[in-house]
This record gives sequence, C-alpha cells and structure tokens, in this order.
Amino acid sequence: MAAIVSLESAVATYVHDGDSVALEGFTHLIPFAAGHEIIRQRRRNLCLIRLTPDLIYDQMIGAGCAQKLTFSWGGNPGIGSLHRFRDAVERGWPGPLELDEHSHAGLTNRYVAGASGVPFAILRGYAGTDLPAHSSTIATVTCPFTQERLAAVPALRPTVSIIHAQQADLNGNVRLWGITGVQKEAVLAARYSIVTVEEIVDRFENDRNATILPSWIVSAVVHAPGGCHPSYASGYSQRDNEYYEAWDAISRDRESFERWLEQYIYGEEPR
Amino acid sequence: MNFERFTTDEMMTVAAARELAGSASCFVGIGLPSTAANLARSHHAKGLVLVYESGTIGAKPTQLPLSIGDGELAESADLVVSVPEIFNYWLQPGRIDVGMLGAAQVDRFGNLNSTVIGTYDRPAVRLPGSGGAPEIATACPRVIVVMRQSKKSFVNELDFRTTVGFADGFGGRAKLGLPGDGPQTIITDIGIFRPDPKTSEMTVSELHPGRTIEEIRGATGWDVKMSEMVSTTPEPTDVELLLLRNLIGDISSATEAKA
Repeated sequence: MAAIVSLESAVATYVHDGDSVALEGFTHLIPFAAGHEIIRQRRRNLCLIRLTPDLIYDQMIGAGCAQKLTFSWGGNPGIGSLHRFRDAVERGWPGPLELDEHSHAGLTNRYVAGASGVPFAILRGYAGTDLPAHSSTIATVTCPFTQERLAAVPALRPTVSIIHAQQADLNGNVRLWGITGVQKEAVLAARYSIVTVEEIVDRFENDRNATILPSWIVSAVVHAPGGCHPSYASGYSQRDNEYYEAWDAISRDRESFERWLEQYIYGEEPR
Repeated sequence: MNFERFTTDEMMTVAAARELAGSASCFVGIGLPSTAANLARSHHAKGLVLVYESGTIGAKPTQLPLSIGDGELAESADLVVSVPEIFNYWLQPGRIDVGMLGAAQVDRFGNLNSTVIGTYDRPAVRLPGSGGAPEIATACPRVIVVMRQSKKSFVNELDFRTTVGFADGFGGRAKLGLPGDGPQTIITDIGIFRPDPKTSEMTVSELHPGRTIEEIRGATGWDVKMSEMVSTTPEPTDVELLLLRNLIGDISSATEAKA
C-alpha cells in the first residue's frame, strides 16, 4: 500500500546520493515540485534518467545533483537549447556529466524491458547511425526466426521513479489521463516509486482505464497541487509557455541561474 | 513578380505543405515541420492525420503548438496513446505514410545531424539529440526534410550521423535493412532537392521564385548537381499566405526567443 506522505519525507526516504532516478512525464505532468525538493535536499551524484531532460533536469544538472544523464532529446521544446545541460556537456560546469544517449524509441523500450522483467528489448533502430559507436547500451541481435538484424537495448531499472498524476484515492491508487507518456513503464521498472498528485479524492468511481497504477505497486503518494508547473496537468492547468520562454534567459548564464536557485528553490519552504 | 508578398521562410513552409498533398498521415516534428503539416491540413489536405510523438494521433490544433505535447494536441486528437505504443505499434510497422523532419546539418545523401557540432566527446555545440527522428526516418515509407539552407547546414561531411537518409548512397538503405524509401524531398528557403534515381544524391529540382543556381550552389557545402529540368516553385497563393500567417500568429514570440 502506498503511504500518503509529505514531499519532503518522500524524497528523504527514497532518493539518496548516487541513486539512479527517473522523473518522467512527456511534456505533460512533469514532476517539477519533486525535482525542486531533490535540489533543496542537496542530493549529489545522481544518475538521472528521462526521455526529454526538459527544464527540470536543466535545473537539477545546474544545481549539481547529477553525475550521469540517460536521455533521448535534450532541448527546450519550441524554444531552443537547455543551457545548463549544454554548459555541463560543453564545459563541465558545475561538474562533468556522463551521457548515456538514445533515441526516444530506444530509451522507451529500455523502460518497457525494465517493466517487463526481461534483460533487454529489441527494436528496428540505430542501424547506420553514429550513436552505437558512442554507447555501451546499444547492440545488435539476430532474430532466431527470420534472421533479421535488430537493435538490442538493456533494461532500465531505476532505484526510484517519480511521476506526477492528476489524482490518487485515499488508498493510494493512481489515476492519470491525457498524454500518458512512459510513466507507467517508468514506475513498473523501478524498485521504488513516488507519485505526486494534483488532488486526493475519497474513492474512484467507474472509469477503470484511467487508473494506471494500483496502490500496492507505489511506494509513496504526495498531495502536491500545481506540482507539475510550468508543465501542466490536463483538467487542472495549462502549460506555462511563457515560463519556458523566460527560462531561456534565466539559464543562459551561471550567475542568473544561481540567483534563480537561491530565490526560487533554496529560498522556498519545502512542501 | 512581386517577391515582397512573402518571406523566404513562408515560401519554404508553403512548398513543404504542398508536398503533403495525397498523403494520409504524417509523423510531425516540432518547428518548421509542424507548421507545414498544419498548413497542409488547413488548406489542401483536410483529412491528413497528424501524429506527434507525444502519442496524439489525429491532432487538429487551431493554433500551432509550441511543444509536441501541448494540451490542444491531446484535446483535439482522435486518440491519445502512450509513448511505447506510438513508437512500437504505430511508427515501427510503417503505419504512418510520411515523416517530416528538420535538423542542424544534412549531407548529399540526405543523412541528418541533430546531435553535436564538433566531436561527440568534446562538442563545440551540444544539440538536443535524436528524439524520434532516427526511427521516423527508418520506418515511414517517405521522408520530407525541411531546413533553412547555408554552407553550415548543407555540409560535405556531417559532424555526427543521427538519422539515416540514403547512408553512403544508392542501395545504402537496403544494406542496413531500413524499410522506408528514405528522404524523397528536402525543402529549403532557396529551393527543393530530390534524390537522383540512379545515385540517390540529393539534386536540385526546383528553385523558389527569384532564386538562382549560383545562390543555391553558394549555400551548399558539396558540389551540388542540378536535375535536367530545374523548374520554378509556384509562388504562394494569397490563401496559402493568409492561412499560414493565421497559424503562426500565436507563436511569434516563441520563435523570436529562439532566434
């Protein structure tokens, strides 16, 4: 059964220095409040995993939480670069960042293998690209039935996966709808999971397909309304595109980023 | 002809939208491809099914989305599926007719770079990376590339091959076991390239109104070939321009931030 706890307590219990941590949410439902709490608790040497690092990992990388990034597309959607990510890769600030790079399809299938309890996944991909030469997590296998050559990618098994959803009930069952991304696979692949939610309701009425995770598979549920801002929760909020645009200037240089950290992360009370 | 009626970007986007005539479905990347695909759907390809990698199938946005996961894409879609499902069940089997992509660099065989400028381990510029592009270019029967053209973007040798066009030339895709037919068109702000049927080298087939062969040579980093008959792209119509400007209105502030 998922315990309903504070965000401060969930992060203190399940996220430790050196852990592999996946915060998922594909543009929609990105767990920003949880990421900010990880920064506030000054976690270090994390192996961060996410299809699209987005602003949340730009912030965590800039704050010095990460030693490694497993990802498949590292930009500010529709705007341009993630400047803190680029500063880490291009100039090693605030420290070197090891990359484990994939395509969306490849990384997605690594979660699927982790969720399925098998050691690797196959896909038709990577052939002829330069990525396999720079990766220890892309190989090829021959189909035993047709002899077709396919790409193989190893299962991802994060220590903890963190997602944001619209609702949990009092028992800790989780409902999530709209763009559902790869959150279900991320949670099922991980040893522990934290789900932050917009709203906790007494119990769910019919609409079984929106319940994506039962209470007994989730480690902790946290009531964190607005916890995915500046991304959004369908039915609760709109994507804050102006924030994504403003981040371009805030993140461009180290000083303005550090001012932002002091003011909006270290200066704020934990939830 | 009065070329002040439209910008070079508008000509490029209109030409890209026209390429989607007759297609049933398009896997859409954000930016120029999304603009072109939405213009096509509002004009001559009203039934075109737009598929975004966020899992939105049959999206019908009224304003251009800033990201591939904007709320309106999901709200207007015929269905929304998970990310594993969009790549494994819909893209990989070749169910989506056309993939429309952009990139930072392209070479003469339509291979694309969206990963790094410089070396991988010590990049001068770290670009976003693969995203959905490699598998879109693998699986879609047809690929259309839309990019602004310069010697920096149309290069003799890619810094990194993120996405395969025709690999090392004619027959390159078959050797790698790639099912789709590869990049059939590259549309730029100067003209249009199509693969030579014998060599698969991307060759100039059209020039936009007022553009010259010298101009396109000067903006291409390889010794670019002209097809036997280089024609002139028809100018954007008033209707195409009106629809395009209505679509773009809402994201102008976002694109300014990018520049």
